[in-house]
Amino acid sequence: MKKYLTLENGDVFIGTAAGNLTKEIHGELVFTTSMTGYQETLTDPSYTNQMITFTYPLIGNYGISLGANQSPSVAAAAVVAQEFAETVYHYQSVMTVSQFLEKAGVPAIIGVDTRKLTKVIREHGTMAASLTNQPLSKSQLNGSQTVADVVKSATYSPADGAQATHVVLVDFGVKTNIIKSLQAFNVSVTVVTPEATFQDIEALHPDGILLSNGPGNPEDFSAFLPVISQLQNQYPLFGICLGHQLLALANGAHTYKMPFGHRGINHPVKNLKTGEVIMTSQNHGYAVDIDSVDNTPLEVTGIEINDNTCEALEYPNRPVFSVQYHPEAAPGPHEARRLFNQFVELMHANGGIK
Amino acid sequence: MPKRTDINKIVIIGSGPIVIGQAAEFDYAGSQACLSLKDEGYEVVLINSNPATIMTDSEIADKVYLEPLTVPSVTAILEKERPDALLPTLGGQTGLNLAVQLSQAGVLDRLNVALLGTNLQTINQAEDREAFKALMDELKQPIPASKTVYDLDAGLAFAKTIGYPVIVRPAYTLGGTGGGIAHNEAEMTTILARGLTMSPETECLIEKSIAGYKEIEFEVMRDHKGSSIIVTGMENFDPVGVHTGDSIVFAPTQTLTDKEYQRLRDASLTIVNALAIEGGCNVQLAQDPTSEAYYVIEVNPRVSRSSALASKATGYPIAKIAAKIAVGLNLDEIMNPITKTTYAMFEPTLDYVVAKIPRFAFDKFTHADRTLGTQMKATGEVMAIGTNIEAALLKAVQSLELNTDLQNKLVPENLATTDLETLLTSIKTPTDIRLFQLFGAIAKGATLAQLQAATQIDAFFLAKLERIMTVQKQLMTEMLTANLVQTAEEIGFSDMMIQSVRQVTDHELDRLHAMADQHLVYKMVDTCAAEFESSTPYFYSTIGSENESQPLGHSIVVIGAGPIRIGQGVEFDYTTVHSVKAIQAAGYNAIIINNNPETVSTDFSISDKLYFEPLTINSVMNIINLERPLGVIVQFGGQTAINLTQALVDRGVKILGTSMHGIELTENRHDFEALLTTHHIDHPAGDTAMSLPEAHAIATQLGFPVLVRPSFVLGGKGMAVVHTAAELDDYLIPALKNSHGQPILVDKDISGIECEVDILSDGHQVYIPGIMEHLEGAGVHSGDSIAMFPPQHLSADQKAEIVRIATAIGLAVNCIGMMNIQFIIADKVYVIDVNPRASRTVPFMSKITHQHLAQLATHLILGQSLEALGLTPGLGAEPADVYVKAPVFSFAKLPGAPTALSPEMKSTGEDLGRGATFTEALHQALFDSYHYDSSQVGTVVVSPLDTQNTALMAHLSESGYSPITFQADQEWPNDVVFALASDDEHATAQQLITTALSHQTPLFTAQDTVRALTVNPTPTHVL
Repeated sequence: MKKYLTLENGDVFIGTAAGNLTKEIHGELVFTTSMTGYQETLTDPSYTNQMITFTYPLIGNYGISLGANQSPSVAAAAVVAQEFAETVYHYQSVMTVSQFLEKAGVPAIIGVDTRKLTKVIREHGTMAASLTNQPLSKSQLNGSQTVADVVKSATYSPADGAQATHVVLVDFGVKTNIIKSLQAFNVSVTVVTPEATFQDIEALHPDGILLSNGPGNPEDFSAFLPVISQLQNQYPLFGICLGHQLLALANGAHTYKMPFGHRGINHPVKNLKTGEVIMTSQNHGYAVDIDSVDNTPLEVTGIEINDNTCEALEYPNRPVFSVQYHPEAAPGPHEARRLFNQFVELMHANGGIK
Repeated sequence: MPKRTDINKIVIIGSGPIVIGQAAEFDYAGSQACLSLKDEGYEVVLINSNPATIMTDSEIADKVYLEPLTVPSVTAILEKERPDALLPTLGGQTGLNLAVQLSQAGVLDRLNVALLGTNLQTINQAEDREAFKALMDELKQPIPASKTVYDLDAGLAFAKTIGYPVIVRPAYTLGGTGGGIAHNEAEMTTILARGLTMSPETECLIEKSIAGYKEIEFEVMRDHKGSSIIVTGMENFDPVGVHTGDSIVFAPTQTLTDKEYQRLRDASLTIVNALAIEGGCNVQLAQDPTSEAYYVIEVNPRVSRSSALASKATGYPIAKIAAKIAVGLNLDEIMNPITKTTYAMFEPTLDYVVAKIPRFAFDKFTHADRTLGTQMKATGEVMAIGTNIEAALLKAVQSLELNTDLQNKLVPENLATTDLETLLTSIKTPTDIRLFQLFGAIAKGATLAQLQAATQIDAFFLAKLERIMTVQKQLMTEMLTANLVQTAEEIGFSDMMIQSVRQVTDHELDRLHAMADQHLVYKMVDTCAAEFESSTPYFYSTIGSENESQPLGHSIVVIGAGPIRIGQGVEFDYTTVHSVKAIQAAGYNAIIINNNPETVSTDFSISDKLYFEPLTINSVMNIINLERPLGVIVQFGGQTAINLTQALVDRGVKILGTSMHGIELTENRHDFEALLTTHHIDHPAGDTAMSLPEAHAIATQLGFPVLVRPSFVLGGKGMAVVHTAAELDDYLIPALKNSHGQPILVDKDISGIECEVDILSDGHQVYIPGIMEHLEGAGVHSGDSIAMFPPQHLSADQKAEIVRIATAIGLAVNCIGMMNIQFIIADKVYVIDVNPRASRTVPFMSKITHQHLAQLATHLILGQSLEALGLTPGLGAEPADVYVKAPVFSFAKLPGAPTALSPEMKSTGEDLGRGATFTEALHQALFDSYHYDSSQVGTVVVSPLDTQNTALMAHLSESGYSPITFQADQEWPNDVVFALASDDEHATAQQLITTALSHQTPLFTAQDTVRALTVNPTPTHVL
């Protein structure tokens, strides 16, 4: 069955339907360059409402395995790929990627010249697109965007028993591996929604705060910024991705939408304090305006060396820091995992050992 | 850290002559590194005895020493040059070993030469098995249970404790030479004994076999500061057990989950950091296909064959960056030369799949042991790029130049008469033809489970083979629709492949292609999956909706030489590269089509555009139809390019240089004879035969011995001297089979001095740079002979006659560009062969005469006259010194292959020696070729047949040698200086050959070569 991908600029890509065969979607079209970890990517809540194009042509080679999900189900709105593996032989696989998408009700289009598509996005920037079962005329393109909010549960503690150190994680669309990475350090985690007040969080007696990743424009979370301002005065605080952008906004910096974002697992980030450069996993369409940080109490401590975007911030003399990239990886390189260690040490130093 | 300013002059050691396990990849790495250091402002001194390399061109380094790679020779150069530093990690194992020896001998300390890049302690930690094991223990990295042993008993005892199968890995040998997998005590005894003998330290590692695990490689870069990246991961199609150089390999990894990939990536980075590598490093790992377990197999702390492959697969120039790291630059200070907007601190991401298939010499050496194991046997490799596994694999198959029919139909020729059982048994043993047997088994109905049980190859890959065969079956049986043709094309079926299983015209296929949704397009290799804008002139074909390759215009296409094999080596890459330089100098855009990942020509910065594609008429025409070049040059890509000429002409393509008519004149026996007769040129009497009876009639008429050979061949394939009617049958049956309908030539075998010339002509006049005389007689292939220049035994008249003949032939065929002509000087000067193209001797002669012959020839092809190029017609001036080109053999890597020098070429490489006299030049050349120091006299072990040459034995004795006749099972004397066995057929001689090879004793396999070592070096056939 044919499927049609029509871009905001009028370009049409014709391919074959996969996943949920009939569903039609209108959303933001982005691309990711990672060659492994498609399951982690598809389930990353930061991709909510986005159609993901994989630049690597072979998706699904090792199937879908238990334990790789970064959220309960597929977060992406649709998938664009060159080829899905039809049969899978990996010993951990429980189904194919197409079956996985079908179960989650997510449509996909395969057989597309994804390199051509990627270049269009690179040149025109991230844009809206429609995935339909019939060709679209230009007037039909501005269909209403399918809105699927990240499902945020009320306050809960991911099962791991009460540990000595306790982190309250503000969930803007958290990836499972962030929680697992904290738990790996014997940290107990309580997850709260962005509706939580400072008092709500204080009542949980945290040793530290983690502002999670999540989809969308950071400016949409302005209501939570005052809470961050209070939290950073009182607790060790670690922001990841959207959490990094919110820390910046809370301190008076600005954010902007990037032309086509950073989505991949090969982004070099330089630590401006040590000079060290590491490979990082990234997935963001917005960035912190690096110049605007000058007028805040924050200090830029990391940049992406290819485009000099702001990758890390610190609040001098406070146990408060954030990174634009994903230290929890999944998918991607593990070099930045030590940041969780750093966060735990900051909490310990701050009297978090009870 | 910025680059070091405390050093100015840097010495780079090359890898020497090409042998199996160490080939053109080091020319690519070395030349990249030299240029990279020159760019940074350093003075670069290069040492390499292999003239057939781009790296030894005067433009590559500030100073080039074509000298032996021995401690005394390099020490002398260091004493003269007094460099500040030495960079040893770009010359393969040879370069590393030499650096270790120089350091141990105290030379580096004494001369105050710093070692750049990875330090010697690291090299030792990676190369010494015990040190490596200790390091892995410390890093908690799992390695298979293993033990280093120095004698047979200890090895057998340890194997018993860990259980068979076990792997035997000799220490400090090239390409794992001498190792193997032992399944029981008997095999263990044989393999370990061989391994101990071949290891210079009499040291072997006995290791628990993990055969069947997925074999994964990571190419890692690390800088002084410790920043590190993975250039790419690669996954072997053949599981652990087959040397990675002999495996089919895919990039990036295909079957690893992100968790598995990152676990192995972490392991690689941990090891590379612990070793404090500064530069490139290769880490090989094994992943259990059914659990999270993995093992570290080995680490190569230097640029390797895999790094050349990784560079071509990703576009990331590892050697160039490694050289910059060696002088102190960090990855985030080096620009990514592909994007020019990002930094070298970046992990390439691919939006395509790369397949590499090794190329073996078993098409020549049909009796050699084809089993693949831990000891590398491939002479070269091909690489292909596609959008899926199937397409990358099939394009690589199309590039192999093994057998067109096999490459198109994919199944073995005898499939109809082979039953599935037999095939399933055959595929249990990895060989060079296992891929085709797998296709055959699938065609016969084998299930994935059966194939996997027999081979342990991951079902992921086997399913891809199955898909290919399913589509092939559809092509055979179903209606040929545009959809089916597009599906076939998407997974790599070329038109020729479709036509080999289905009768369909080109016209009909074109019509079906035109109806499809997507078409054949070219995509760019850019390291970043199109995330950043790039302008790399590096393309591959695929099926898609956007073509990225814009025709250059005003362009000339140069056809490359494909994979390196015996008979067509790195010399043809050298000539290809030089042709490109001349084309550019003349103001045209140069386009290269080639498929060999090891070479300089496939470095995208060499040409104006590189197409990494099979050298088949389909692939070449697709490019020509897009680019519409002014013409195509076929003279520099060896027989590969010449063999495409007729098909190109048939399709209306303009061939630049000698015309197809001229080429045919030299290759069609009867036309050529007529030409020779017209110009009063002698040639050995002979005729062409299309059948066995015809050949017998001709031989009887000529009288034995006769020389038989197929026309249109490479490296004397299928060529032999035949002494009796019975022998004629033995040779002719396979020769007729390999001749593909072309006639067999039967000539009178004439004994005399063999000579050859390369000629340059503008069609009006002919220039001959020099005459090369061959040491060995005319029964030995020119590529296996020791060549001397200037000639030592020719009279002025004979030289004049050679020049007359060469000039006459050049003009008669209207040669424009280059040609190679071979002669025998006996009672008269006879012409025995003409190759209408640049030959293997071009780099040798270019280096000696300081003329870039391939560039000059290209200018002639482009319309210049000899005069305009400043070349005086006739014979060029002879140098005062004597130069010797000596062949290098890889016999130790190919057990069972013939060794006696004959009309069939066997050598894999060459080196150059220079001296005031022939003896001096030969002495220099023998170091890196036969690994013989000719100042050493002592015991010479001689095969029984060779001792019958009493004159030669007497000469040896007179010259201070003590020749002894080898007896079956005799103990090997301690003071052997070399062995001689020109006989490889009798059991005793074969035993002598094996013993000499396993003791790494210099082995000569022609009497003429040995005669040159005596006090009376004049060949007997000199009249």
